[in-house]
Amino acid sequence: MKKIKKTGLVFFPAFDWAISPTHPEREERLLYTQDQVFEEGLLDFENIIEYKPGLATYEDINRIHISVPDAEKVTTQSHLISAGGAITAAEKVMEKNVDNAFALVRPPGHHAMRVVHGARGFCNINIEAIMIEYIRRKYGPKRIAVVDTDCHHGDGTEDIFWHDPHTLYISVHQDGRTLYPGTGFPREFGGPNAYGCNINIPLPPGTSEEGFLFTLDNVILPILKDYNPDIIINSAGQDNHYTDPITNMNFTAQGYAILSERLSPHIAVLEGGYSVETALPYINVGIILAMAGLDYSQVREPDYDPALIKQKPETTKYIEELASALMKKWESRNDEKNKLPRSGQFESRTKSIYYDTDNIHEEQTESVRLCNDCSGLVTVDSRATTGNRIFAVIVPGQSCPVCRKRGEEIFASKSKSLYDYIYFQDRDCDVYECRKR
Amino acid sequence: MILGIDVGGTHTDAVLIDGNRVVEKVKVVTDRIDLSRSLLKVTDKALHETNPEDLERVVLSTTISTNAIVQNLTSPVGMILASGPGLSPSALRINENCHFVSGYVNHRGIPVAPIDKGTVQKTGMLFKTSGIDHIGIVGKFSCRNPDIETDIEDALGFTFSHCSLGHRMSGNLNFPRRIATTYLNASISDIYGDFITMVTAFAGRFKASFPIFILKADGGTFEINQSARYPVQTILSGPAASIMGILSLAEFTTDAVALDIGGTTTDIAIFADGSPLLEPLGVTIAGHKTLIRGLRTRSIGIGGDSAAEFVNGEYIIGPERKGPAAAFGGPCPTPTDAMVVLGLTEIGDKEKALAAIGTIAQKAGHTAGKAAETIFDETCRKIARAVIGMVEEVNNEPVYTIHELLEGKRIKPERLYAVGGPAEPMAPAIGSILGYSVNIPDHAEVANAVGAALARTTTELTVLADTEKMIATIVEEGLQLSISPKFSKADAIGICKEKLRERALSMGAAEEDLELEIIEEHVFNMVRGYSKVGQNIRIKGQVKPGLISRCMKSAPAR
Repeated sequence: MKKIKKTGLVFFPAFDWAISPTHPEREERLLYTQDQVFEEGLLDFENIIEYKPGLATYEDINRIHISVPDAEKVTTQSHLISAGGAITAAEKVMEKNVDNAFALVRPPGHHAMRVVHGARGFCNINIEAIMIEYIRRKYGPKRIAVVDTDCHHGDGTEDIFWHDPHTLYISVHQDGRTLYPGTGFPREFGGPNAYGCNINIPLPPGTSEEGFLFTLDNVILPILKDYNPDIIINSAGQDNHYTDPITNMNFTAQGYAILSERLSPHIAVLEGGYSVETALPYINVGIILAMAGLDYSQVREPDYDPALIKQKPETTKYIEELASALMKKWESRNDEKNKLPRSGQFESRTKSIYYDTDNIHEEQTESVRLCNDCSGLVTVDSRATTGNRIFAVIVPGQSCPVCRKRGEEIFASKSKSLYDYIYFQDRDCDVYECRKR
Repeated sequence: MILGIDVGGTHTDAVLIDGNRVVEKVKVVTDRIDLSRSLLKVTDKALHETNPEDLERVVLSTTISTNAIVQNLTSPVGMILASGPGLSPSALRINENCHFVSGYVNHRGIPVAPIDKGTVQKTGMLFKTSGIDHIGIVGKFSCRNPDIETDIEDALGFTFSHCSLGHRMSGNLNFPRRIATTYLNASISDIYGDFITMVTAFAGRFKASFPIFILKADGGTFEINQSARYPVQTILSGPAASIMGILSLAEFTTDAVALDIGGTTTDIAIFADGSPLLEPLGVTIAGHKTLIRGLRTRSIGIGGDSAAEFVNGEYIIGPERKGPAAAFGGPCPTPTDAMVVLGLTEIGDKEKALAAIGTIAQKAGHTAGKAAETIFDETCRKIARAVIGMVEEVNNEPVYTIHELLEGKRIKPERLYAVGGPAEPMAPAIGSILGYSVNIPDHAEVANAVGAALARTTTELTVLADTEKMIATIVEEGLQLSISPKFSKADAIGICKEKLRERALSMGAAEEDLELEIIEEHVFNMVRGYSKVGQNIRIKGQVKPGLISRCMKSAPAR
């Protein structure tokens, strides 16, 4: 007998919103999911409670993003609702109204990075990241793990938490050499102050239930056990499904349900998944049943045929080797981290970022202060083909006095002549300032 | 003239309405063993000066179906379920005669697996040999394609005295509720059939012919012979009668709250722009969540006869009723006694009320006056809190479009309409807590019978069109039509209105009462790959619950 859990469901299919009429992110996306969830009568279960999403505020966005020129310009109401839906799900869990919650909302967010010049990978703002910062603001510092099971590498979430040792980001996805956004390799292991807090598990095309569950049991769950987070969040993308039109994996509704049960996230947030008719209805029913501790054994797709999606032996072998290499890397993370310099100096990285949805290019230099006492002060110098050049100073949560002081100095001294906008984001003091040229 | 009769559990009420006036009102005690005797008694009294030939119609609201379900006076039902993948069958087994068969359609109504006729036939044989004569057939997503259920019915191979098909019960999604609704409908068809026979025989005694209507849970009516196939629609028509009564006695077009304050419970209903709100999915009865269209009411366990106690420094009122108020010889103090002591009402024996309130006052260390005041306040406060909770619940109902979330209507009631025994003394206090103005309609004591008399015929209808598959489905009628790929939303609305009209007329509606409205309209482009392959159109229309037009045009019945 499974343990029955009280599960909150924030369901917001945004039936009147699309990126464009034939875009995967369109009105129809959650239509059949709604049909299936309603027809199964899931909302009549005493332990499944539906909540209306709240609206995220621009302040919520400003705690995590540097939006150019401002949060209002880079979002629509739909984004405020989907971020608001994730926040509602989190609140219901944090207030102990429910044991866990699923924000079945759109549009998604995990490709949205710290700096937002526009939309990329169908995402404008990172709804999980906004939710996480909301949790910390309202309920105090928390150790949080994000397990991203979308088929695409969550490069936005990786970027936002790159320097944050209080957030463990694990992404399992189709190998970046074969799919958008082309990143998400094991060598991306976290910034110098948060080394080992970013785990990428790129799986080969054709990975089936077997491979996903092997990875879960042999990499994700052991790492989570070591990290021992207060809260586990699942970025529940559903595009690893064998019928997804824009990916090449062979995961199933049963597999997603088993994964949800074993991972047992406190909060799940929908990300991608564009097989709207043949996959999403069944995956979502499976996830909801699994989260609520109900019997999901009869959930399967109409055309489910295990023989057709059987994993090749060489794929299995590849995944086993990848898993063992990743675990070795994980186990030696502290030794490796101790070898990194701790000088109080800044370390920089440069990035070229392409916003495919809005066709914008961005060139960015991001610097972090190597710090023994906190996550480290971050500065960003960014220029986009929109014509905007910005500079941002980010004082992290639980910052040390030195990083804070340096941040304030840099913000005060930065000349307006070079930049269109200069931002100051201070998570401890909940301050967000912007100086225009 | 119209005769309205409400056969309640305790009383049977009748009113005779001439034009827009209540000319007779009668209340008798219900004979639970032989309802026809109660019917005869109220009718005789109500019609004593009236020629039955002058009756335009008779409308009955009855607890027969509700009681049959609550008291388990139902027939055994053989259920055949085509459940497809999803919830486990163990969660769907509604009774011991529940059989699962293969075959299902998906969410678009596309057949995925055919039924196994051999198994269905064997199941039919099993039912026949075990003496089961009532059948319920329900398929997952049968409201998207009724073939799944009609195929099973055809394959049964035997004739049964009653067969309920799930898609006929409602066009709404929710398989477990469709199972419960179908099961209940089949299970009460015999007892309800007897009721129809009884009423028909009763009407035959008059040397006149007049149509007989039955009140439904949604506050609408249907002609008695039409009700025979869907008896389950008549459950919980008692509260519906009272709510429609309030609407007819106090005509209004604003947001409002209605209270029926009884001895044991208080029923709350909400009106939006003068229309009573319906349950989003369907009513719940005896633990069964159903798809039966019904008025949205909330019943709370507090009324004039609720037991009042003083526990741990607090006055606790209800939900238990230990008997009548002390003023009427009951065993303990009640809100009614408090009102008697406070001089808000002059019913019963004031000495007895005072004595009962005295004992609780002593326990609390208060004067009798203070105790009475606190009990009365707390009772009103409890009801007011429930009203606020229900309005909040309605306003927090999930919505699925940005437009509705940001601009959707919010209910803001400003008036309170109250009926029931303690309404007169209590409503003003409840209204003042809520900040609502208060109205107690005339003839409030027979509001239920007035509501039955003046309710119009209602129904709803769902039309689904899939232009890729080139099929339109008129769900509740079990019809599928071929359509062209160019079929539009306007076409679907046109068909919905036309079929809705036909359906309402066949149920006994009068032409002038067909206030049709489209309550849901959705159109989705279906895109596969990167191109549009068709449209998925979903239209739902209804005859709005309300009053027959004669009382809409004239002043409210008084």
